[in-house]
Amino acid sequence: MTAVLSLEHVSKGFPGVKALDDVSLTVEAGEIHALLGENGAGKSTLMKILCGIYQPDEGTIRLNGEARHFSSYRDACAAGVGIVFQEFSLVPWLSVVDNIFLGREPRNRLGLIQRARMMAEAYELFDRLDIDIDPEIQVHRLSVADQQFVEIAKALSLNARVLVLDEPTAPLTPTEVERLFKIMRRLREGGVAMVFISHHLEEIFQVCDRITVLRDGTYVDSCAVTETDHDALVEMMIGRKVDNIFPPREPRNTNAPILLEAEIGMKHATHTDSLTLAKGEILGFAGLVGSGRSELAMALIGAYPTRVAKIRLDGREVRFRSPADALDAGIGLLPEDRKRQGLILPFSCGDNITLNHLKQFYRPAPFLSRSREADTVDAAMDQVRVKAPSAETPVQSLSGGNQQKVVIARWLDRGCRILIFDEPTRGIDVGAKSEIYALMKRLASQGIAIIMISSELPEITGLCDRVLVFSHGRIVAELADGEIEADTIMRHAVTEPRRDDVSQPVTEDAR
Amino acid sequence: MSDSTQPAAVAAPRRQRRSRATRMLHSPMFFPLLGFIAVFIIMSLVNDRFLDVSNIENVARQGSVIGIIAVGMSFAIFTGGIDLSVGPVMALSGTLMAGLMAAGWPAPVAIAAGLCVGSLFGAFNGFCVAFGRMPPIIVTLATMGAAHGLALLYTGGYPISGLPSWFAWFGRGSLAGIQVPILIMLLVYAAGYVVLHHTPFGRYVYAVGGNEEATRLTGIRVPRTKMLVYSISGLTAAIAGLVITARLMSGQPSIGEGFELDAIAAVVLGGAAISGGRGVVLGTLVGAMLLAMLNNGLNLMGVSSYLQDVIKGGIILLAVYIGRGRDA
Ligand SMILES: Nc1ncnc2c1ncn2[C@@H]1O[C@H](COP(=O)(O)OP(=O)(O)OP(=O)(O)O)[C@@H](O)[C@H]1O
Ligand SMILES: [Mg+2]
Repeated sequence: MTAVLSLEHVSKGFPGVKALDDVSLTVEAGEIHALLGENGAGKSTLMKILCGIYQPDEGTIRLNGEARHFSSYRDACAAGVGIVFQEFSLVPWLSVVDNIFLGREPRNRLGLIQRARMMAEAYELFDRLDIDIDPEIQVHRLSVADQQFVEIAKALSLNARVLVLDEPTAPLTPTEVERLFKIMRRLREGGVAMVFISHHLEEIFQVCDRITVLRDGTYVDSCAVTETDHDALVEMMIGRKVDNIFPPREPRNTNAPILLEAEIGMKHATHTDSLTLAKGEILGFAGLVGSGRSELAMALIGAYPTRVAKIRLDGREVRFRSPADALDAGIGLLPEDRKRQGLILPFSCGDNITLNHLKQFYRPAPFLSRSREADTVDAAMDQVRVKAPSAETPVQSLSGGNQQKVVIARWLDRGCRILIFDEPTRGIDVGAKSEIYALMKRLASQGIAIIMISSELPEITGLCDRVLVFSHGRIVAELADGEIEADTIMRHAVTEPRRDDVSQPVTEDAR
Repeated sequence: MSDSTQPAAVAAPRRQRRSRATRMLHSPMFFPLLGFIAVFIIMSLVNDRFLDVSNIENVARQGSVIGIIAVGMSFAIFTGGIDLSVGPVMALSGTLMAGLMAAGWPAPVAIAAGLCVGSLFGAFNGFCVAFGRMPPIIVTLATMGAAHGLALLYTGGYPISGLPSWFAWFGRGSLAGIQVPILIMLLVYAAGYVVLHHTPFGRYVYAVGGNEEATRLTGIRVPRTKMLVYSISGLTAAIAGLVITARLMSGQPSIGEGFELDAIAAVVLGGAAISGGRGVVLGTLVGAMLLAMLNNGLNLMGVSSYLQDVIKGGIILLAVYIGRGRDA
């Protein structure tokens, strides 16, 4: 039996980096093939080559044994290759069906769009995937998970026989990941060959059949899932063992002085939430995606409209009209969506990192000392191990995980007293994750208070001193010490079960 | 963190620089300069008078007014905005200086008043854009009309003359062998360069253009940045008003019509992205001089002014086409 897809001896260089060096990958029909590797290992690049977005310097792409050349993404689509990109690619203000058929709408003889046919095909697709989404709804009103499913439907709409999923689970919660896996298994039964990229190794063992590992752009090994285990995979990926991903737990200092007390009521809500934050503690915000965690965090720094916002810092009443006010008071936020809310894409890595503390580099004010800036940037990039040819590299050309590290680096050594990290490890590989956890612990031990919003339960249970659980836009539970367990958190997070709860904007929830 | 624990790829020297050739090729100045040199060579081939030192100086002087305005326009465009009101603001500031001087005010006070009014007008634009959250193109379209109206109201529609004769120095004088308008233009560019590349504010200008939401969330005062940007645009328009009033030795309320388009063209020819976040002010200088060179060369060749407009339009389109790949 010939493989549906085989990539043979593929190499690709970018200015200053050899992204891929003689990499091969074979996927059979009805197989889910995991592609693993550290941040910047070349996974996304390999997939973009498969989809005609980049051209390989060397190597061959074979579909069903036949050598193919794709000069564009359209070519690849037409040949039955679909991809769900690492970064969302839907147009938020268009409806679901318009997104699915964007650029290749079925037309009648007059050249007008055949909407009825599009709708019918969309329903058929959703049936096949067993998902229930209204095709007429605008994409930005969907939950992240549903958007992800629309991406899959879009990738499949041309009868793709090969489907690439580049970190599809990164923004999803465990239940949503389960839904995704159900869909993937269905597709596998239908004979679709899939390449699945993820930094969550446990997921690999749940759905995948075979594994290929890349390291620094080179091929390391392939094997069946059954022949390996978690630790062996980690070693294959990063070339060394990682024993404990979380730093050792220390007893919580219950006497630490309270740094922040807040009482927040959202603009369109009738209730208020209150919380306290002590010096040197890591406070977790747990809950489903869309449960109001990010909104509350944004409201804390004055970036989200509120009805009530009573904030006391060190016992003194403060008022933040904008994130700049909060920053002046020593509160910083690392937002959830690095592309939209975090990075200045045309900037270099270095300029992204120093953006909000340029005043540290005054030579005589108001002039900047480039060399002092460069020193700080180098140190920060080393601390989180950004893999980039130089600090002057445009942040746009980094791999997804390395972009995330740049956003984190911005908040190191900032002199902030409170840091709010919204999904800080999204898209970051196992090795780098454990370093970021260690870094957060170190910051906390220096007396910095950290709020961590995370949809990854192990992260919450492994790192937090205290946890607030959110559901439907409000805080429903506070857990500390021994109570912080995955089951308990999930039980609180799904109180008031309701269908489609996550797709409702939080602000409409306060009835 | 110690270097020894790092994988080889990470330990690569951070300050390694790209080779000079690739740096040049990737510089936003590359295409503007190439275009400049191309037009320069063509103009000097078809015209034997073009290369005269006095003619080259003429080109620079003729381009200085647009050149000065284009500095402020660069700031606005780098933030992803635009300022259409620059022409009438220039006229308003210029007529005010002329009017005050003609009314017997001391010249330095009159000039300062004109510059202030220009900046304040810009600040008003900035206020509407930043705090009123209105689109810059609409705000400045509205204030463009308003500024023109104010200039006409102030002068009653007639040019103001009777300026002190030494005032002409700003438009026709020379210092150390270089004409004053050119010197003023170079000073404005130097200041623009320093502000954009060596101060935090300059970095914020690009950041706002690159991703406004991210800039705001990271703790930068975006509204303040925008206020300042449009104030600067008003100020450079007023400085241009000083030069042109001194050149003509009269305050003309209706001068400056269409100047905003030439200034925008200069910025775009200079390699800036109209969507913001990318561009360099020295590119704008090259763009402004390129436009001036075209005007001058085509005049020398005796091309009719109607045809000149067509040719200039074609060249702008061509330049934008060549530079478009980097505007993604
Ligand atoms: N357009 C580009 N220009 C320059 N370099 C690039 C470009 N795209 C990728 N690279 C480089 O190629 C290397 C591989 O990147 P790639 O995105 O494939 O990594 P990845 O394995 O997907 O990582 P991650 O897990 O972080 O998503 C990185 O070093 C990256 O900086
Ligand atoms: Mg990737």
